[in-house]
This record gives sequence, C-alpha cells and structure tokens, in this order.
Amino acid sequence: MTLGYIIYKLILVVVVFAITMVIAMYSTYAERKVAGFLQDRLGPNRAGPFGILQPVADAVKLFMKEETIPSVSNKTLFIIGPALSLLTACMTGVVIPWGKSITIFGESYPLQIADVNIGILYIFGVVSIGIYGIMIGGWASNNKYSLLGAVRASSQMISYEVAMGLSIIALIMTTGTLSVGEIAAQQNSWHWNVLIQPLGCLIFIVCAFAETNRAPFDLPECEQELVGGYHTEYSSMKMGFYLFAEYINMFISATVISTFYFGGYNMPFVADYVHNENLLTLLGVAFLFAKIFFGIFFFMWVRWTLPRFRYDQLMNLGWKVLIPLSILNIVLTGAWMMRHEILNVFIK
Amino acid sequence: MLPLTNRSKVVVKKEMSLYEKIYLPAVISGMIITMSHFFRKKPTIQYPEQKREFSGIYRGQHVLKRDENGAERCTSCGLCAVACPAEAITMTSAERKKGEEKLYREEKYAATYEINMLRCIFCGDCEEACPKEAIFLTDRMVIPEYNRKSFIYRKDILVEGIENDKRIDVTRRQTPAVIEFKKHKEFDHNRL
Repeated sequence: MTLGYIIYKLILVVVVFAITMVIAMYSTYAERKVAGFLQDRLGPNRAGPFGILQPVADAVKLFMKEETIPSVSNKTLFIIGPALSLLTACMTGVVIPWGKSITIFGESYPLQIADVNIGILYIFGVVSIGIYGIMIGGWASNNKYSLLGAVRASSQMISYEVAMGLSIIALIMTTGTLSVGEIAAQQNSWHWNVLIQPLGCLIFIVCAFAETNRAPFDLPECEQELVGGYHTEYSSMKMGFYLFAEYINMFISATVISTFYFGGYNMPFVADYVHNENLLTLLGVAFLFAKIFFGIFFFMWVRWTLPRFRYDQLMNLGWKVLIPLSILNIVLTGAWMMRHEILNVFIK
Repeated sequence: MLPLTNRSKVVVKKEMSLYEKIYLPAVISGMIITMSHFFRKKPTIQYPEQKREFSGIYRGQHVLKRDENGAERCTSCGLCAVACPAEAITMTSAERKKGEEKLYREEKYAATYEINMLRCIFCGDCEEACPKEAIFLTDRMVIPEYNRKSFIYRKDILVEGIENDKRIDVTRRQTPAVIEFKKHKEFDHNRL
C-alpha cells in the first residue's frame, strides 16, 4: 500500500462525503420544489434564482436557532442520538461502486472506497445501527410522543429489515456474491438485476421506503398523532441532523437500489460507440447519478401522492405480505436455478 | 331515522378484491395523476413583482370627491354616518362664508370628516346613501400602520386633490345600474 494509494483513497472519501452532503442539502430543496409542482404551486423561489440558495438559508437558520435540551432528558444520549443518526447515514456510501476505474499514467484507480467482499452485509449492519440514533434520541427526550415515535420507528424498521434481507437473499442466490462491486460489474450493458428479480426489486423498494421512514410509511413522525415523533424535543441543528440523516438515507437508498437492481454505473449500448475507457467510466458515473436522482425524485413523487398507512396496515403489509412474498421469491429463484436437476429427477 | 335528503347513501364496507388488495394499480394511477399536475401551468401570482388586477367594483379606501370646479361636494348632511353599519364615520359641519364658494359647493360643508378605517367594513353603504355623490369607495388599499390612531382618516387623506392629476377616478364604481339610475332626474339624488 503506497502513500499515493492512501492519498487517493482519502480524496475519494472526501469527495464522496462532500457529494453526499451536497445532494442531501439539495434534496431538501428538491423535496419542496417537487411538492410544490405536484400540488400546482411553485415551491421556494425567493432565495437566489429559482430559490437555489434556499438550503443555505435553511442551514443558517437552523444554526442560528436557540438550542434547547430538556432538563429532564438524558443529556449525553440526547446529543448522541442525532450524531449517531447522521454518522451511520454517511457510512453506507463506503461500499458503493460509483463507477469503473479511472486510468491515469498507467495506474488504475477504482471509483469505490472499499470493495468489501461482504459489502451487502456491511450495508445492512450500518443501516441497522441507524435505528439506534432514532431510538436513543426518542428515549433520551423523556417525552411520551418522542418515545412512541421511537418505538414505532424501531419496530417498523426491524419488521421491514426482515423482508428486505429476504429479498436480498434471492439476489445473492442469482449473483453468487456478497460484494457490491461485483454485483454492479455483473450487470454490464442491459443485464440488470431488475429483469432477473422483478419481485425482489419491488419488495426491496417498498422496504427501502419503510427503512428511510418516508411516506407512505412515515409513521415515526406522524404529525397528527405524535407531534413530531422522535424529534419532537429537538431544536436547532440537532433537529437539522435528523432531517439531514433522513435525506442522506434517501440518497443512499436510491443509490443502493440502482446499484443492486438497475445496473449501477452500467449503460446499455454506449460501450459500442465510446472507446475511451476513462470517458466511458465518467459517463457511467453520470449515468449512475442520473438513476440516483430519478430514484430520489421517485421517493418524493410517492411521498406527495400516497397517504400514510395506518399502523396495523403497516405491520400487516410487512409481516403478512412482504415476508411471505419474499420467501416465495426465494423458493422460485431456487427452483429456477435448479431447474435442470429437478427436470432430470422427473425425466428419470 | 328519516333521511333529510334523498342524496344519502348507505355505506357498504365490502371486502377488497384481489386487484384492489395488490395496491399497486391504485398506486400507479395515483402517481400518474400527481405527475399530470407536475407539468400543469401554475396559477401562482408572484406578488411584489406581479399584481393581480382589482375587480372593477372593488371597495377599498374612501375618497371625498370635488366637483369639476374643485369645490368639495360634501354638504355634511350626515346620511353616510347614519347609513354606516359599523359607525365608522363622524363629522362636524360649518357654514360657508363669503369668498369660499370656490372651496365648497353648497352653503354647508364638513369642517371635519373622519372615517375610522379599523371600524369600516367596506360595505359601500355610505356611497349608496350619499345624495351628493361626494363619497366613493376606490380600488386603493388602506395602508397598514403601527398604531390605531393612524387609522382614523381625516379630510387631509380623504379629500381628493384639486389638480387634475390628483383626482381619483371613480368611474369604475359607476356600474350600469348606477348610470341607469342617474338618468331619472325625478329623484332628489340626481338633481343638481
């Protein structure tokens, strides 16, 4: 491991972190803009041209606001909550392959921070820790609404993690690897996993909505019942952290969905026309980001279309529909993979 | 219980069919509907830059008119104050002296004339009651102030200027019905 390699990895880490932050920042703007347009309004358009300085203004506002910590709360945990939420949200981007490798002076630089060979497990592990941020924050607030929000959030995320994991198992069966980089590389050209695993993809997307606490599964912060849910007691930038974490999670979910099921950085047919490897890589990165942006837009589109689920409906959907469906998906995938052996048995 | 209208329907809670239970068709059709709104023209009016035109008969801040020679039309008869349902109008009257014919149209005039804009409900009854066509509501807004006293408008604000460019146009308040009414010279209101 040379010094140059370490520097390159560090640069990549900083770049990915910066991009994540900027996208999360502008997701807040995009959310309001999309909400506006879907409701025949214009959305924020006063700060700067088309309102593009709105996130900056929001950030300044959040930083300037008075910070209140309830006197009856557990102060250490109260501070750890949002920090943990944001930390885990930022950690997932490490194993995402943002593109193939770029070759400079004969040296090849892969656009992935760490190609962990159990990348999927890593993502799942980090996402699971993300629940703790919400749970700790909600519990430490010492407020009934916060606690209820946190309980809802954790039970919802745990329930949907099961279905999500099961839908991923079918994907692992077909790809034969746990490495995210390899899964992306396998889907070259148009061999996208969504064509092989349509049901698994659907289940994964639905679970991703629940995991990120987005509408129609945003029960943890259900305003009508729980005031603000787990972040009722939070103010200033601590609340900003929670909101920010939600948007980063959304970005990461969109990235994971496009990497797992929609071919990641792979573009159909472009490789036949463009022969410069580096250009191809950059085009691939652009293509991946186009998919991610559409994914984020899709998240918002759904949020401003569907009403919130009731809590029992949510649990019904998770335990009685999605989990059996994903198990069925696994069985079907297994049967398809073993079709020759099964046929052999019947023919003999 | 007897139904009050024949529009009421008995609510049936029927089991959802499989097609409805899948949710997805309904979700997709809903998303198509929201997407169609995405590209629709927005009815927003960008307020400080764009202003929406007032309706032709908008009832805003009052004006006390002068006649074509620049004399105040108001004779301080008090009919507007009587007509006012909010009791927003008060006035004191004075007798016109020699040499003031240019200023006041008739022998009696309003020495002070006050409208409390916080009480006023902009109903337009004063305008309707006025026999001299002296008071009109215009399409001007009452400007927000910081204290209650500033909302008591006196003659310095209410009476229009003598100069031609300071006259307030009230032709838009003259609806066809009003113009028709004015043709009838047999009514007291329309004489003089």
